[in-house]
Amino acid sequence: MNGQTLTIGKALNLGLRRAMEDDATVVLMGEDIGKLGGVFRITDGLQKDFGEDRVVDTPLAEAGILGTAVGLAMRGYRPVCEIQFDGFVFPAYNQIVTQVAKIHARSKGKVAMPIVIRIPMGGGIGAVEHHSESPEAYFAHTAGLKVVAVSNPVDAYWGIQQAIAHPDPIVFLEPKRRYWEKAEVDTAATPDPLFRSRVVRGGDDVTVLAYGPMVKTALQAAEAAAEEGRSLEVVDLRTVSPLDLEPVYDSVRRTGRCVVVHEAPTTLGLGAEIAARVTEACFHSLEAPVLRVGGYDTPYPPSKLEEEYLPDLDRVLDAVDRSMGF
Amino acid sequence: MTSVRDHIGLAAEMVDPVPGASSPHLPQQPDLVQLLTPEGERVEHPEYALDITDDELRALYRDLELVRRWDVEATALQRQGELGIWASLLGQEAAQVGAGRALQTGDMAFPTYREHGVAWTRGVDPLKVMGLFRGVDNGAWDPAEVGFNLYTIVIGAQCLHATGYAMGVQRDGAESAVLAFLGDGATSQGEVNEAMIFAASFAAPVVFFCQNNQYAISVPLERQSRVPLFQRAAGFGFPGVRVDGNDVLAVLAVTRAALQAAREGQGPTFIEAFTYRMGAHTTSDDPTRYRLASELEEWKLRDPIARLKAYLSRSGIADHAFFEGIEAEADQLAARIRQGTVEMPDPEPSEMFDHVYAEQTPHLAAQKAEFEAYHASFEGGER
Repeated sequence: MNGQTLTIGKALNLGLRRAMEDDATVVLMGEDIGKLGGVFRITDGLQKDFGEDRVVDTPLAEAGILGTAVGLAMRGYRPVCEIQFDGFVFPAYNQIVTQVAKIHARSKGKVAMPIVIRIPMGGGIGAVEHHSESPEAYFAHTAGLKVVAVSNPVDAYWGIQQAIAHPDPIVFLEPKRRYWEKAEVDTAATPDPLFRSRVVRGGDDVTVLAYGPMVKTALQAAEAAAEEGRSLEVVDLRTVSPLDLEPVYDSVRRTGRCVVVHEAPTTLGLGAEIAARVTEACFHSLEAPVLRVGGYDTPYPPSKLEEEYLPDLDRVLDAVDRSMGF
Repeated sequence: MTSVRDHIGLAAEMVDPVPGASSPHLPQQPDLVQLLTPEGERVEHPEYALDITDDELRALYRDLELVRRWDVEATALQRQGELGIWASLLGQEAAQVGAGRALQTGDMAFPTYREHGVAWTRGVDPLKVMGLFRGVDNGAWDPAEVGFNLYTIVIGAQCLHATGYAMGVQRDGAESAVLAFLGDGATSQGEVNEAMIFAASFAAPVVFFCQNNQYAISVPLERQSRVPLFQRAAGFGFPGVRVDGNDVLAVLAVTRAALQAAREGQGPTFIEAFTYRMGAHTTSDDPTRYRLASELEEWKLRDPIARLKAYLSRSGIADHAFFEGIEAEADQLAARIRQGTVEMPDPEPSEMFDHVYAEQTPHLAAQKAEFEAYHASFEGGER
């Protein structure tokens, strides 16, 4: 047991460090990730220890970061790109969707794209426009990409290492407002595999699904519901693409009810896909339609309104009530 | 008070004139590197000497002829319904062969979708390229094996890949260079400009080889740039050079020098190969809608193959028998391409699921199984 209490941010930092120690082809790229250590300090101290060739302060150009990462990957490197904020990924969207995602298929498997695209995701930090978005559906909709959304320090520490070692390109979403949440991380443990969902709280009445920053919200809702005598089962999806829904189906077949929670706008968000699949797989077990709790179909609002926009404990419980009411 | 139109008029005067636009003879311009005139006269350039043997000259001619014959055959095959589309390189053979032959083993080239001539010099089987345009696959040659990336269709995206690859070469401590191909239209893309910024900042061993064929489909160069393209390099902080793109010798010399500078750690160069797309953008295009026939006629007088042929004949480096031999070889190549294309089997339908990921997902594996089961359900029956 090599336990230490780590924030998600520090767990990511240690995970990156370990990945760089394990594999000399790992190269970090991004804006302000060198001396500054990134605006969230996730890469703090890494340039000092690994040098400027492995922790690259790039010019301020997101397409440039992703496009050069493609070339580095073709040359045998494993680039880990930091996108400073979720809303700044779109200049790189072309490279991600038309190149990163498609080169393995284009080359019939001759060219691998082991690129990790780290993006701090979601709202709740009182920021200005473009700093609080949840772009996961764009990437989950794109064949060739895999999308991971961690919720806690343990998954952050192991997940970033697993993502870097993985042969496919991975959009790695970090729960921005939870960067400072702490937990015990056993750095000698055997980690759970990537791309697997996990039941994080058992329950019998309603299955609540979440990923990334909303896992904590879902757990808080479950705690509050328990006080009212309702038993919520909470599943941390952990991966948005591919979705691992077998444990979800098992759960919904028991509870008969399902609520999906995410910060991203509800329409055509992950909840829509999950609702369709759960309905198809669990049709005869469902007591109520699958309900979605998400952001509204508006641009992410100015920060004075974000508490209204973001799903919170009460909105999750409201959906649970509606589900139980069917 | 001046109108916006006046300003545009003023700016238009600053636009680079097409060298020789008013005359079929390319004038010697101080900024245009030329080693072989359109009439086939060998000239010297103070900065770009070319040390080349007669064998190498004949080999270049062979490249040009075979590549053109392939291109002509491919256009014909498209017209006969054997290809979905074809992007002809007619008129750009010298730019592509010259650049391609400047590469060494260990160098890497990043093409657009028109670099069939470069593909040829790298040893890519023409049938692999034909497979792409037939719709069988996306090319699927092994880029690492031949030092030639797969065709990139999104305009300019490959310039960043080339730059990143060159950054990898730097990290490997290798003495190799990278050649990024782009067209005049691509110089307007943000990603191309980002590539030049990254390349300059990291002094990456990459050469940007821009074939200025005067048109981005239908839009003339004037809409892309108000300054000669090669002059843009100065703004990024590396050398820019304009070469007669229809002069295979000059292209070879200029590209060789730029690649060598890159290998030696001197960073990037921007080469503008001044040329002309003598055919349509693709077989779906109709250039009579946007350019004058007289323009094409002028450029025909600067044909890249005719001038080398004139030089080789006049200087006695090649004789009639040589040219006949090349023609026969071209016919054989065309026949092989035709037969190989027509007989190319369609891919297995379920292949589309196979290489989406290096590590297949359970979801996609299940979708593939459903697809196969669906198809199997029709076996022996009407679909």
